[in-house]
Amino acid sequence: MSKVSRRAFVTGGIAAAGLAGLAAAGVLAKRHGLVPPDNGGIWGPGTTLTYAAQRLITTRSMAREFPRSMISPKPFANSVDPLGDDFKHHQDSGFADWHVTVDGMVAQPASLSLADLKKFPPSSQITEVVCEEGWSYVAEWIGTPLHEVLKACGASPQARYVFYFSVQKDWWESIDMADALHPQTLLTYGMNDGELPVGFGGPLRLRVPRQLGYKSVKYVTRLTVTDSVKSFGKGLGSAEPEFGYSWYAGI
Amino acid sequence: MSDAVSGRSSAPPRHAAFVRATHWITALCFFALLLSGLEIVVSHPRFYWGETGNSGTSTLFKIPIPSSRSTVPSGYSYVMPDQNGWSRSLHFQAAWAVVLTGLAYLIWGLWTGHFRSNLVPSRAHRSWRSVVEVMAGHLRLKRPAAVEDLSYNVLQRSAYLAVVFVLFPLMIWTGLALSPAWNSAFPATVNLLGGRQSARTLHFIVTISLVLFLLIHIAMVALAGFRSRMRGMVTGSIHGQEERP
Repeated sequence: MSKVSRRAFVTGGIAAAGLAGLAAAGVLAKRHGLVPPDNGGIWGPGTTLTYAAQRLITTRSMAREFPRSMISPKPFANSVDPLGDDFKHHQDSGFADWHVTVDGMVAQPASLSLADLKKFPPSSQITEVVCEEGWSYVAEWIGTPLHEVLKACGASPQARYVFYFSVQKDWWESIDMADALHPQTLLTYGMNDGELPVGFGGPLRLRVPRQLGYKSVKYVTRLTVTDSVKSFGKGLGSAEPEFGYSWYAGI
Repeated sequence: MSDAVSGRSSAPPRHAAFVRATHWITALCFFALLLSGLEIVVSHPRFYWGETGNSGTSTLFKIPIPSSRSTVPSGYSYVMPDQNGWSRSLHFQAAWAVVLTGLAYLIWGLWTGHFRSNLVPSRAHRSWRSVVEVMAGHLRLKRPAAVEDLSYNVLQRSAYLAVVFVLFPLMIWTGLALSPAWNSAFPATVNLLGGRQSARTLHFIVTISLVLFLLIHIAMVALAGFRSRMRGMVTGSIHGQEERP
């Protein structure tokens, strides 16, 4: 066998094995929920690889927590679009009538006030907010773990995503069950020993500390448990992919 | 191209086909990463040291350009167009491509002995004298000797080794340290660098180092004979009519 044909043989073999491996990986990835909703289009391969790879290594991992001494004295509240008159009324009444509805694949749909949420055992964490722009700060976050609310409402074991919506029409998101059931995913109503200020998402923000800040939606009013992303927007899992950002923001 | 077709050269190619392919894929990815990385920097052209940093804290250094976000105190009233969406997507897609390419190159290089025979300086040249000799030649803008058509000198070897085994790994490390999910699984990745903002600043500094390497690399290729060196990296053959007959 000449050198060239042996090389062709080996190269061809590696290429064929690679293609077969890719096909098998695709099937396995789908079966184990490693394919993100925005897997199509020009950026599909990159975001799918990132989501699959990170899901494999982060199943049970915890976001870094910091000592109290590292809480940022100057946290930064990113600008938000005007919140409107309805929000102003809520603000004037101290958010006494603020409700978050829980619907979709749950046994008992609910509408929870902040007082209802505070009846759950509170959880607190000192974690970093990491913006895709590059800046960050550390704060203490106090709230109700999302998994407690999902359990109380009887979320279906068939559920695959939890969608969450803000009073801001263009800011809605979803997370998979790995993040929805994660102990650090927090329906946050307190920050640094006080109420959560409006600038930081008060009265209610869903903190997802293992992902970038844009997944931590401010002013949450609705949670929807579902097994399909199809009926939400363009079916890409959240508003962000419609602006070129990826649905999964672990990086 | 005609050389390869006519089969005039019976010598082995200057650069193996695998090296040529991975070189140009890497070059393409680097360009994509650089462009998209700069676009992302524009959204916050401030750098910090330690764990945290934002528009309300003091900086390690700032890049004096307008930002694409109105909340950044850039000193300019002008706000640049925001390009972060596609930039981030391109950045990570190109990162995957270059990391997988680099991995293939690493395995191939170890398998074939490429690093040992072509990149690690030979015993005879592992001396400051050899380094000084090559540098002196460069400073006099001397064209490289014909032997350098076929083999890298000690300075080239050291530079390529540093890029392949120091700068690229540092780039990957500091990049991964910016991922909150990765950091949840491997917190030491970011803690060892001194915190998230230190990792971001180092990611930027390594970028500058790679850009400096690229500029010198292109200048050296031009000095040695742009067409013959490009031909070497595209077709594998160094023989051409124009330069070294």
